[in-house]
Amino acid sequence: MKVAKRILAALAAVASLALPAAAQDDPVRIAIVVKALGIGFFEAAAEGAEEAAAELGNVEIIYTGPTETTAEGQIEVINALIAQGVDAIAVSANDPDALVPVLQRAMDRGITVISWDSGVEQDGRQMHLAPSSDELIGRMIIQLAADHLPDGGDVAVLSASATATNQNTWIAEMNAVMDDYPNINVVATVYGDDLADKSYREAQGLMQSYPDLDAIIAPTSVGIVAAAQAVEDAGRVGEVNVTGLGLPSEMAGAIESGASQSFAIWNPIDLGYAATMIAFNLSQGNATAEPGGTIPMGRMGEVELDDTLSGAMSDPFVYDASNIEQFRDIF
Amino acid sequence: MIARLLTSREALLTGAIALLLVLIASRFPAFVEPGNLASVFNDTAPLILLALGQMAVILTRCIDLSVAANLALTGMVVAMLNAAAPGVPIAVILVLAVALGALMGMVNGILVWKLDIPPIVVTLGTMTIFRGIIFVISGGDWVNSHEMSAAFKAFPRAEILGLPVLSWIALTVIAAFGLFMARAPLGRAFFAVGGNPHAAVYTGLNVGRAQFWAFTVSGALAGLTGYLWVSRYAVAYVDIAGGFELEVVAACVIGGISIAGGIGSVGGTVLGALFLGVIKNALPVVNVSPFWQLAISGTAILIAVAMNARASRRKGRVILKRAEAPA
Repeated sequence: MKVAKRILAALAAVASLALPAAAQDDPVRIAIVVKALGIGFFEAAAEGAEEAAAELGNVEIIYTGPTETTAEGQIEVINALIAQGVDAIAVSANDPDALVPVLQRAMDRGITVISWDSGVEQDGRQMHLAPSSDELIGRMIIQLAADHLPDGGDVAVLSASATATNQNTWIAEMNAVMDDYPNINVVATVYGDDLADKSYREAQGLMQSYPDLDAIIAPTSVGIVAAAQAVEDAGRVGEVNVTGLGLPSEMAGAIESGASQSFAIWNPIDLGYAATMIAFNLSQGNATAEPGGTIPMGRMGEVELDDTLSGAMSDPFVYDASNIEQFRDIF
Repeated sequence: MIARLLTSREALLTGAIALLLVLIASRFPAFVEPGNLASVFNDTAPLILLALGQMAVILTRCIDLSVAANLALTGMVVAMLNAAAPGVPIAVILVLAVALGALMGMVNGILVWKLDIPPIVVTLGTMTIFRGIIFVISGGDWVNSHEMSAAFKAFPRAEILGLPVLSWIALTVIAAFGLFMARAPLGRAFFAVGGNPHAAVYTGLNVGRAQFWAFTVSGALAGLTGYLWVSRYAVAYVDIAGGFELEVVAACVIGGISIAGGIGSVGGTVLGALFLGVIKNALPVVNVSPFWQLAISGTAILIAVAMNARASRRKGRVILKRAEAPA
């Protein structure tokens, strides 16, 4: 498989050498490198990138990534992109450190490199676009539960794996603002390892261990779906509200059944759009990435960079029965 | 005789499961309520189904690492079929799932039988191929609960005499498998072929053919489980049941199936699966740290393997001593 990939990459490189000569008006070529192909979230981001490309005009989007979520796979893909001489690379990294050398090589060749969604270390990129900030997400997930518990109650967290950096940070941020929700108790945090069956079992366990449980907060897309199904199967719809972070297409059934009142996620379309806008502006010299500076991102406004040259796009977007129909077919 | 009965793997496992239940009950009494035990059995049903198929394969000195991928591919196919044509009756979907699973099992079987490739290599290859095919046919998209028809999701959950259909299917397959392994010529052939392939050939058994059918049985059960799994969790995507093949092999090993082939029983396999099922269901309610959960599951497997190894080593020594004596 690796050999085949190399051959493909080599062919692509040869093709890229041959093609530009024929093209009269060189388009700005922006590569969107994702964690792995075939993930709904990234497919939606690619849609956003195409939207930005259409708005900018004369921009070609190369949507690519490995077939499995490995850093090695991404390195191969990025090497191929360097060989093709793209103008900009926007990557959602599988590993913050492993990609740094290859991305530095890309920058040495004059390619604009940014990371988005899942970042790389500062040496390996010009800026990082976070979908939202950890603080905003941490507050959002507890707010979602609190919205439907005016009199307070017991909530539990169903996370991905116990070592998942993202989830742990969000849960820590959530715990940091718990003083604002005096009536709400977080009774347990359990881990479903992002496996449907284990998450389902953990959700069942939560309902057994805490018969008075009012809500399950699952800040992971696999966990929230499994928890909603477990609540539905246990006949506890209306008693236990499942909320957290999920994708509209995957959660439409849970909203319909009432197992989930509402959930949130950053809008991946907006994210892909914003990443493309930033990559374009940086590569065309319309903006520079510097601490405290801002970079325009079209309809999404501007991103403000902090000392580590990273910035947050926006608040997570809340989905409920009123807008799920509109979004469930999109991503 | 009684001593042998008491030290049999089935008795030991029953004891271990009972001890486990007592331990869990001391921390969380509601766990051992009949209703909850029934739901633990129901939750373990997919593991039991796959472990029985795996048992047939391991008995013939092979191993089937592609079961979880087979499950996932069949699950994705029936889920996509249901999403595209919600009117297709469940009976057709069941037949299709079993047939498709059996077909994939046959591919494994043919490669092992006719091309003589080691089973671990064959099934490692087909495992990757099956996962790849899921990706290709689905484009990496999920089939979600709202895209599946109500009947499709309701089937394994429907209750007959207080037990869900999923449990009834497991019970039926256990009974059928028990009869098949004990009475059917093919069932006996699995033991004969694995116990001593050379002797099996002299008695007129075709070793490759027996292995082929073992893979087919394993595949058919994986296919059946594929539909049940997707319907139970109401979601189908590329990675469902990822790594589940190892759990299936673990259930067999804990159940006393010898990896060297020829030794094992339906009862042992079912108990091995139940042992893992009880642990998996109990750990979330007894508040054990997730890091310990992995360690506990791993320890159970190691102990079982050590016991298997000890049992077979002792037997080997006795034979050697007898052979040495006349010389």
